[in-house]
Formats: sequence, structure tokens, C-alpha cells
Amino acid sequence: MERIDVHPTHVYQGFRIRSGKPYPFGATLVPGGINFSIFSRHADYCVLVLFNRGAKEPLVEIPFRGMFQKADNKEPVWGEFRTGNVFNMTVLELDHEDLEYAFRMDSNYQSTPRGKPGIHRFDPSRYLMDPYARAIGGRDEWGKLADWADPYQHRARIVFDDFDWEGDRQLEIPMEDLIIYEMHVRGFTRHPSSGVPSGQAGTFSAIREKIPYLKDLGVNCIELMPIFEFDELEHSARDELSEGWARMNYWGYSTVGFFAPKAAYAATGPMKDGTMVADELKNLVKELHKNGIEVILDVVFNHTAEGNEQGPTISYRGIDNATYYMLNEEGYYYNFSGTGNTLNCNNPIVRDMVLDALRYWAAEYHIDGFRFDLASILGRDPWGAPLANPPLLEALAYDPILGKCKLIAEAWDAGGLYQVGSFPAYGRWAEWNGKCRDAIRRFLKGDSAMSGAMSMVVQGSPDLYAGRGPTASINFVTCHDGFTLNDLVSYNEKHNEANGEENRDGANDNNSWNCGWEGPTCELAINELRRRQMKNAVAMLMLSQGVPMILMGDEIARSKLGNNNTYCHDNELNWLDWDLQEKNADLYRFFKNTIAFRIAHPVLRNRDHFQQQDSRNGFASISWHGTQAWRPDWNGNALAFMLSSRANGKADGDNPIYVAMNMHWDALPFELPSPPDNLSWHLSTNTSMPAPQDIYEPGTEPPFENSSSFLVGGRSVAILVAK
Amino acid sequence: MELNIKTVDQLTVVEPLGDIDGKTAPTFQDGVLAIIEPGSRILIDMSGVSFMSSAGLRVMLLTHRKATGSEARIVLVGLNENILNSMTATGFINFFTVRNTLDEGREALG
Repeated sequence: MERIDVHPTHVYQGFRIRSGKPYPFGATLVPGGINFSIFSRHADYCVLVLFNRGAKEPLVEIPFRGMFQKADNKEPVWGEFRTGNVFNMTVLELDHEDLEYAFRMDSNYQSTPRGKPGIHRFDPSRYLMDPYARAIGGRDEWGKLADWADPYQHRARIVFDDFDWEGDRQLEIPMEDLIIYEMHVRGFTRHPSSGVPSGQAGTFSAIREKIPYLKDLGVNCIELMPIFEFDELEHSARDELSEGWARMNYWGYSTVGFFAPKAAYAATGPMKDGTMVADELKNLVKELHKNGIEVILDVVFNHTAEGNEQGPTISYRGIDNATYYMLNEEGYYYNFSGTGNTLNCNNPIVRDMVLDALRYWAAEYHIDGFRFDLASILGRDPWGAPLANPPLLEALAYDPILGKCKLIAEAWDAGGLYQVGSFPAYGRWAEWNGKCRDAIRRFLKGDSAMSGAMSMVVQGSPDLYAGRGPTASINFVTCHDGFTLNDLVSYNEKHNEANGEENRDGANDNNSWNCGWEGPTCELAINELRRRQMKNAVAMLMLSQGVPMILMGDEIARSKLGNNNTYCHDNELNWLDWDLQEKNADLYRFFKNTIAFRIAHPVLRNRDHFQQQDSRNGFASISWHGTQAWRPDWNGNALAFMLSSRANGKADGDNPIYVAMNMHWDALPFELPSPPDNLSWHLSTNTSMPAPQDIYEPGTEPPFENSSSFLVGGRSVAILVAK
Repeated sequence: MELNIKTVDQLTVVEPLGDIDGKTAPTFQDGVLAIIEPGSRILIDMSGVSFMSSAGLRVMLLTHRKATGSEARIVLVGLNENILNSMTATGFINFFTVRNTLDEGREALG
């Protein structure tokens, strides 16, 4: 039966239209046409602007209120297409593939000129991008010089959402089993050494080509640095010599649109086909899932690319500045993000937009989880005060569609709110554990009296997450922000001169140690020590309860030359050099086997914290030791422990494990506890030994001859398994 | 877009000429669906197609599904590099039997 609403009621300049549906927001394909719906509380006049793809001049501008023709007899008729604060209209018979659309808005409220503070920023001359745009063009090819004369830079497009998933679902890997690999889409394969076909370098498609590498390494989750549409040309500067870019918005922590994948991250981006870009990302997710790898997105909901009073009008501020942004009484933007503005996340409208976006990514792209950049902002009220029970965080935690997604907070912001250990969790939220990072780094470099702090890390930080369990803790030593692992052991100080701010930007408290020389050296002893320290670090990470996260390239000793804030470089500083895999094959092997060790031993992956109780033949799940068995030193730089069963007391067929971490500069003898059940110790790992004796593949560990004592080398980690 | 359909050695050879996008996809679909019969062997020679949009990819897949549903077989030949790349990036390639040349296509159809 034919629907009645495929027929127009009104005609405007030959375009056949009818009143639309207010929900869902955005542009939606409906039978016979496209439904356009956009919210603004403070605008009272709105125009839908349609373009042919890439055209500077509109195809037509259709007002949501005014004189139209009646569809049947062409008589003039007054019409208005609005429901409450939502302008909505269905335009029939459009070619969605060749279409781009925008809005223009006006209001009776006094507007504010660019550069001045003010509550409202309506400017009817501007084309505004739809906040719900599912595809955004205008930066279709990475780094391509924009046509700045074009009045519509970020162009909303339509997506046909019929991707054939062939039964794919989110993997729902238990949190405690996750091993996260943090990755930048472009940085992963842009380097010429990546070996991917030239048209694919730096794209979603190229990650798909590298799935075998990720599987071989053993990670089961990739966390992609921002992939929502952003403008890599924002704050960019040309390099006069090379005629390339000296600096650009490379990392992408500056969202243009929350519903659209970054077009220039798609190999198919230059085709300017929004559906094709979406298909490419969906295909990547599908192929990763086939290989047992989850996808977490690093999402930036704390601010937008519109900057402060001086910034460009792209969308939100021209649609409803007072709704979308946190403003003080004078109309200045609050700046809790450190980037000029702060999204008004606990305004009900904005909260719904954030929810809608995340639901869309989970439902439509099968995304497995989200890491929220500067998440503490999401817990502030519209005037910036931290809320005890933030509605947005609660809504996300209880959302039905996000019910099995991982939710991970970067539990601090640039406004001074630091919530590691205290982020409102609702039984769902995990946190980037910045305190774990600092403790591991300080223990690693031999700071005094760190063994007690390290013992907390090993247990999944019960001092921070009592009641929430170790899976609330994303453990890491390095991430995109700060030194790479290689730089952590090669530099005492940051070296950020290339960023153009005379080394003022970037963190100063890196807890790094250069092992005796600042930067690269030919000194064999220093290089050996660095190598050992990198192995120690990843061993500490993989031996700790909680969820380990490693940074792209740390497994092959990637360096950023001591730069700890490479947000602006589209060059070798940020591109992973795949030749390092051969140069640092022993380190790669160590990472791979350490990951495999974690996967082989459930006692390393508990959902709950250890209880102080005996379980396996009188042995506690975790027992503490030092250079003397059963006598830990909580204020030293050596720590040993034995895991004999899971936190629930069950052995689950797993082997007891003994770990000695000697971060003293010299070798120390560790008296060994007797293993439970009359088993005997076997050697898994000894980072003081050269490869391949540094680590044995799980299952191939040779017997450890001396059952009473282990002389562990200076700054080394040793692991024994009882069999 | 034009669609030439001919029969060569008991194979149906379909030659689309021009772009396959949202505008031309229905022509392609109607033309190919009309010749699908149980057991038919269809070779689609894409060497005259320079560009295929996401709508083009979809209509190819729909056609292919209808064919396999009626126990007909379709092989694609002569895809240019751009189309091959976009089919690979989006995963559409996995649904199809693709060969480089007409002869290889004929062989694949047996």
C-alpha cells in the first residue's frame, strides 16, 4: 500500500515538500525523500539550504516559514514547518548521493559580532552545518589546501545506512580480558615503510591490511584516537620551504561533527561519497571483529572546533550558542577544556545529543566502547561546578543501547578537576589510571620507597577502586599524550621545540629517566639498560590486575625524539616506522610473549580485587615477598609476589606465578617461597638476560634449577611459573 | 549509462558503459535482473565503467544476491583500479567473484 506522506503538500521553487517529522534529528532518508530536522530554542527563523555536492552556490534555499504554493493547485499558501523548538520538513525526490545541505538561522535576540563576548551568535548570512550530520565533506583528502573563499567549509551529507554486517555484533570481550592498543589512524600506516598500497596509507582501509600484525602481537582491542570529523587545517601553518604543512591539527582532539567519521581517514574519502566513507569504517570494524579485536573510540565531547569568541562559526554557535556552550554572565566561553570553549554537556539538549551520538556509533558502527577525553567536564553543571550526580554520566551508564559498551573516562580536565579514583562510576565507568602510570614510572626509574605504591598497581589499585574492582583501572605507562616508552627511558626532559612554542607546551612532570645520556647514544651499556627498562615496563603492565593499554609502536621502540606533545606534526615524529620491527625484533618478541603470558594465566585477569584470605592449600591468592620470602619491604625498590589462585580463591587450573621486580641498581638475591601443591618453579622471564633467554613462550618454560633463591639482576624483572 | 547485453558461447555478457551511481543504478538493475534465469551464467564486463558510487556498489550487490538466489552465476571482469580499491576498502569485493580478463571470467563460469 502506498504511503500518503510520499506526496507533497507544498511546492517551493519547484521543490516538492511537506511538513516533516521532528524526530530523529538530522537528515534521514524516508520513503520518497529526505526528512530534515534541527533544534534551536532561540532561533525563530530557519532556512534549509540545499547544494549539489561541492557547489558553492546553493541549489535552493527553502524557508521553514513563509509563502509556498499548494501542491495540488499551485495557489499561494502560508506555511510553517516547525514543532516546538524543532524545525522539520520533508523534501521529496532528492538525489541524496549528490546532495549537501546546511541551515541558516536568525533570531530576535541581539546577536554578537565575532570577537566580542555574548550570549547569542545568530548570523543569518552564514551556512550552518547540522550537528547531527552523519557525513561531512570539505576535508575529503587529508591536508589538501582548502578553498577558503567557500562560505560552507564543513558540508553535511547524507548516509545510506544499509551496510551488510553479515551477523556481526559487538564482541563483548570481558573487561578483565582486554588488552588495548592505542592507535592514531593516520600515524599507524602513513610511513612509507608500512607497505600498504600508496592510495591507502594512513586510512581505515590500511588498518584492515595490518590486522595480521595486531593479531600476532596479541592485542584484542584497538583504541582509535579521535575519528569524528575534525579539521586538520585548524591552527595550521604552512612551511614556506617545503610548501607543505609546518603544523596542523594532527591528533584531531577538536570535533567538527559528533556523528560523522573523519572523511580524510578513509581511502575512499576523495570520492566525496559519505556512504562510501561510512562503509569503509564499518568494513574495518567488521573485519577486526572477525579477528577477535574490539574497537574503542577516543571521543571528544568536552568542546568543539569552534574555539572561543574569536573562533569560526561552523555550526553550534550559530544554531544556539546559549544551549551548546557553557557561558559566563558576560557571555565569555568557559574554558575547562583548555581549547577555548566547553560543550554544555549537562544541558538536557546537549546531553541528548551526546547520547544520540554514542548510540549511533554503537548501533550503526558496532563500536565496542568509548574513551572520553577530559571526561570530568562531562560531570560539570552549566556554570562549571562539579555535580555530585551528573545526569549525563548517569544516563550513559544506564543507557540500554550502550549497555555492553566499555565506558572509559579520562578522569580529569583542564579546569583543575582531577577525579582518578573518584569519577562517578555507577558500576560502569572505568578510568585511565594516571596514578598507576606515575607509580610504574617512578618505581621503574628507581625512585626510593616505591615498592608499596607498586604493590597497589599490581593488585589493580584497590586503594583507588575498592568496590569497583580492578577492571575500573585502565593501566598504562605511556599513551599518545607524553613520551613514548622508548623516550621515557631515553630523555629526562621534554624536547618540544618543533611545536613552535619554545618548549613551553607539554607536561614537565614526566617521571622519566634517560639511563645516563639525553637522547640517542652509541653507548652499548646505556642502550642495553634502556632495552631492559622497556621490557621491565611492559612486564609490570602485563603482570598487574586491571586492563593494560599499550601505545602504538612501543612494542618496537618507537621514538618521538623526546617530544611529549606531538599534536601538530604530520611527519615522521608521528608516523610509525615499520622498519623498527626488524631492528627491534627482540623487543617485539618480548612484548608478544608477555602479552601471551597474560592471556595464558587467568590469575592475572581478575574481575574482583584480591581478598586477604587463604585459598589454595593454605596459600593466599596473592602473597607478598621481598629479598626474603614472606617478608615484603614496602618502602624499598624491590618487590616480589606470588599469585596462587584467582581472587575468588579458585585455582581454575592455573599455575602459581612468582614475580620478582628488582628496581635497585644492583643485583639482589630473592629467597623463593615454596610453590603450592608440591609443584616446582620454572623460568618464564628474566629481563636481565639477552634475547631469547629473556622470555620463554608460555608452555615452554624450562625448570628453574635453584629452588630456594633467585639472583635477580639490577633493574630487572623475573617471573617463575610453578608446574 | 548504456547497457549492452549479448550472448556469446552460451554466456550472457553484460557491458555497462558509463558511471554507475544513484542516477543510473536503476537502469543497471532493471537490465540485469531481466536476464537472470535459473542456471544462467553472466559475465559483467566492467571495463566501460570508470566510476561507481556507493549506490552503484549496492545495486551490484543486490543484483548478485538475486542471481545467486536463482542459481544463476555472475562474474565481474575488467574493474578499473579505482573501483577495485573502493570495493576492497568497503568490503563489497568479498561478495563477488572477480577476474581480470574476459577469458579468465569465462573460465571461472565454467
